[in-house]
Amino acid sequence: MSAFNEDRLAELIGALPPAPEAWVRAAQELPVARSQFDGIVARAEADAEFRRALIADLEATLAQEGYEPERPLLDALRRRFADS
Amino acid sequence: MSETVSAAQLVARCRDGDQEAWAALVERFSRYVYAIATQGFRFREHDAEDIFQEVFAKVYERLDSLRSDEAIQPWIAQLTRRVCVDRLRAGSREETSDEAELAADPDEDAIARIDEALDVHDAMAGLPENCREILDRFFARDETYRTIGEALELPAGTIASRISRCLVKLRDELEGRKPVPAQSGGQVSV
Repeated sequence: MSAFNEDRLAELIGALPPAPEAWVRAAQELPVARSQFDGIVARAEADAEFRRALIADLEATLAQEGYEPERPLLDALRRRFADS
Repeated sequence: MSETVSAAQLVARCRDGDQEAWAALVERFSRYVYAIATQGFRFREHDAEDIFQEVFAKVYERLDSLRSDEAIQPWIAQLTRRVCVDRLRAGSREETSDEAELAADPDEDAIARIDEALDVHDAMAGLPENCREILDRFFARDETYRTIGEALELPAGTIASRISRCLVKLRDELEGRKPVPAQSGGQVSV
């Protein structure tokens, strides 16, 4: 008997359900987030007031500056400014 | 991007800064990472989301350190395991509980099944699109005949026979491409 009988194939196809779409989309946007990250960090290093605002309220400051604060960007910035 | 592009080819393109290739690579391994976190390590959705994002962030950051593009799958598996274990350790530092201790051991049978399942999903890429779609909707997305029929504009009464025919094509595809896999197995390693 084949190892790939119908029941086994059905089980294996079902073993990989899709990850939530929003998670996948966020991960796919990582390159864009990283590019934004570099720009934000460079500005924060040059502009103390901007840096203080980021540390005080990251999401609001980014939104105010016209960024769309997606999760990968927020996570990376939180890690970057965690010790500040 | 076509699913017939190999994972190794996608890795090479990602390294050249191809964002479309990155999106395809994430798509290719998203179910795999999700399954290891939720089935292999039994994380709930909230923790699994953090793990999922952390794994792909590490993949993106460290892609240049991958020695062989062909090793992308075991490398991602290993990264996912490490992120899961780190999270369990961090959790058990915060609150020691029997549950945390229990979860520290991944379900190796589940992880072996996930590896095998990825092979099957890769083989599905070689099927006609209608077959891929119908098999994925029915078995992986748990959709009913009615939902599938409406989505694919097929009479619901024909779905069962189509699924059966597509499973036969999938079996032929698998048997034509590689040796019969073991039904259970050991650890994922790099």
